Amino acid sequence: MPRRFPIGATALRWSLISAFCVACLLFLAAFNRNAPTAQAAPLPGVHVKAIPAFARKYGLPCSACHTAWPELNNFGQVFRDNGYQLGNERDSPIWQNPSYFPITFRITPQWHRESTDNLAIDSIPGGGPGSTLVAGKVQQNGFDLSGMDLWSAGTLYKNISFVLLPSSDQNASWHFESAWVRFDNIKGSSWFNLKFGKFELDNLISEKRFLFLSGNGGIYQSYHYDVPGTTNDFGYGDNQLGVELAGHSKNSYTRYSVSVLSSNDGNPGFVSGFGTPANRGYDVNLAFSQAFNAGSLGLQRIGAFAYIGERPTYFETSTTPDGSGGTTTLQLVGLGNKPFYRAGVAGDLFLKKLELLPLFMYGHDNPYLGAGISSTSALPPGAKPPAWAGGFLEGHYYVNTQNVFFARVERIDVSQQPFVNAGFPTDYGNVRAYSFGYRWYPIMFSRAGLALHSEYSIVKSNGFLPLSGDGSGVQVFSTANPVWSSSVMLGFDFDF
Amino acid sequence: MKTKIAIITMTVGVALLYAAQLPSGSAQESHVGTLTGNAASGKQFYKRYCIGCHGPSGDGQGENAPWIDPKPRDFTAATFKCRSTPTGTLPTDEDLDNAVTRGFVTTNMPSWNPLTPQQRADLVAYIKTFSPRWKTDKPGIPIHIPPETPVTIQSVLHGRELFQKMECWKCHGPAGHGDGPSAATLTDSKDQPIRPYNFSTGSRFKCGETNRDLYRIFMTGLDGTPMPSFADVIQPNDAWDLVHFLRTMQTMQTPDIALWKKYSSEHASEIKPIGPDAGSGGN
Repeated sequence: MPRRFPIGATALRWSLISAFCVACLLFLAAFNRNAPTAQAAPLPGVHVKAIPAFARKYGLPCSACHTAWPELNNFGQVFRDNGYQLGNERDSPIWQNPSYFPITFRITPQWHRESTDNLAIDSIPGGGPGSTLVAGKVQQNGFDLSGMDLWSAGTLYKNISFVLLPSSDQNASWHFESAWVRFDNIKGSSWFNLKFGKFELDNLISEKRFLFLSGNGGIYQSYHYDVPGTTNDFGYGDNQLGVELAGHSKNSYTRYSVSVLSSNDGNPGFVSGFGTPANRGYDVNLAFSQAFNAGSLGLQRIGAFAYIGERPTYFETSTTPDGSGGTTTLQLVGLGNKPFYRAGVAGDLFLKKLELLPLFMYGHDNPYLGAGISSTSALPPGAKPPAWAGGFLEGHYYVNTQNVFFARVERIDVSQQPFVNAGFPTDYGNVRAYSFGYRWYPIMFSRAGLALHSEYSIVKSNGFLPLSGDGSGVQVFSTANPVWSSSVMLGFDFDF
Repeated sequence: MKTKIAIITMTVGVALLYAAQLPSGSAQESHVGTLTGNAASGKQFYKRYCIGCHGPSGDGQGENAPWIDPKPRDFTAATFKCRSTPTGTLPTDEDLDNAVTRGFVTTNMPSWNPLTPQQRADLVAYIKTFSPRWKTDKPGIPIHIPPETPVTIQSVLHGRELFQKMECWKCHGPAGHGDGPSAATLTDSKDQPIRPYNFSTGSRFKCGETNRDLYRIFMTGLDGTPMPSFADVIQPNDAWDLVHFLRTMQTMQTPDIALWKKYSSEHASEIKPIGPDAGSGGN
């Protein structure tokens, strides 16, 4: 009988530690119970990825490819870069048992609490006579589900790989998070791989494979940030539609990618992130990273990226009588494109068991996008390009393959307000975010994954609703004051 | 006082006895190039990367072992296929590091090249803790590999003669497809069925991909498998001829294959088949 990792004294100690963490989180959750309740806050639409179908295919434990799943280590990165192939002449499906099917499910049953303040709520529930809007905190808690990922990924043939990822929210409303085919090692060179479809941008620090799951902590603020008021829908963390040329050295120490993408933030059907028609333009994403071996400290990787895109400022329209004396105007195609860009540097640094992930990012939009007017019009006096600088420092401490602590601090500062925010405080739109948590993987083998996940996160958004979406649909009471939003989460993250 | 002296004497004696059992180079370390691997660090990496197949005890009985063919290496036996050292001897640390770095084509063992050199050196150090043999034996001395002889049609033809004469075809098959008459009966040192190498599967062998690697395989054998060492049977020049012929069985573009294709098309009637009806030697 082969032994699994024994649950002995060490494991018991960590279990007790995790229980303590859970108790602390529950204690935090019990705070502010006097706050009025509202509708359950939505979880962010972030989909994180780990694929035990590959572990089953190759007989490797989760820890072979992941520092702590879903985050990839360099071996997993090489496997992914190589088109989900190990290169042992057993990658093609013809070598698999016919009953093997590359499907992975992932969902996280959980208890969580979401709380957001500075929201405009009725002083008298129901908004009856005498009720006025006052600043209030909306808090909700309870048992819940995350969304679900239904992964299929692997090789269609040697050097032809694919991903199909239908993904749902917690109410089983589905969309295609990823869908692509990739031609790997073109002409026998790892420097040429061509991907076609919808995919994650080739960023050094992946939001799709990170360790945070809570409502506020489950997104990188910088990856989804646009200065409030701008008409840009772009999010660097959103999967995009297009084609990517990528390459890497044999051990993936050196990596590059060049992507050409539709200018619609990855929304299928020629529709933008705002639901309006997309334009006919194309964006470009560039990424490069280099890893260095630092002896016993581990592998150090640094990289840079840049995204150059454009968004429409007005639409081709069709205005027709609506039959009741009025007219109906249909928006047809986005026109009057104006540019924007995002650029940044990032790192993945190891100090033995401590991993540090720093990122700095700068965003800049055309003044027309900040003013929200047609490019055929003259810019109003004082209109300047919205700009911001942000970043984060994330840390993971791997006690061993089954226990990891993680934390992150984030900051975004608006360096130039868009025209539509004239008169707002200069720090309007700034963000501060703090998250920490702990994951315990009680099993670590090659068939499935299970993790006990506990996490606390809190975000301060100056004058606007948090990017997590909590409080969505409710007005901020005072744009002069910050909105604090926090999340507490305890769940079982499983992946089969 | 006498009791104290007795205790001190016994303690020192036990310590000396323990020290005497340690080999000159500690089995808790490995030495790969300028790197020194540490077994304690290697244990963490072993748990992370290797335990699923090779098992917690290094005996090749990991949870995946029942479903893997060929079976994972049993480190407790300290028998390794790919070595630079003579048959029956322990491999060098570099040999183990090469194996971990290269992986084994057509098996479940991937290339661990993405790990850092230090991590691999640590793994090698830990792998050596599974067998007491590492404490009693020293690794063999790597064999000498002379410079490769020129690739000529005479060399290829002589290699073909040797392939017939030494009965390589009985296991590897007349065309090198691993389907010789003995192939189905072969077992390894763990009594597990084992298939001879199929030369048409690609350009790589389990123990490397260069001509020097192929030469080394002849001369060291693959311990734990039916593939013997030919170091005492053939001369270095003969071994190079055999290398040149075996390259003609592969599905790739090499000078050996080009020579062989040209010759075989021009002398088809003169070429005797390889196999039981060919007699010993001849083309």
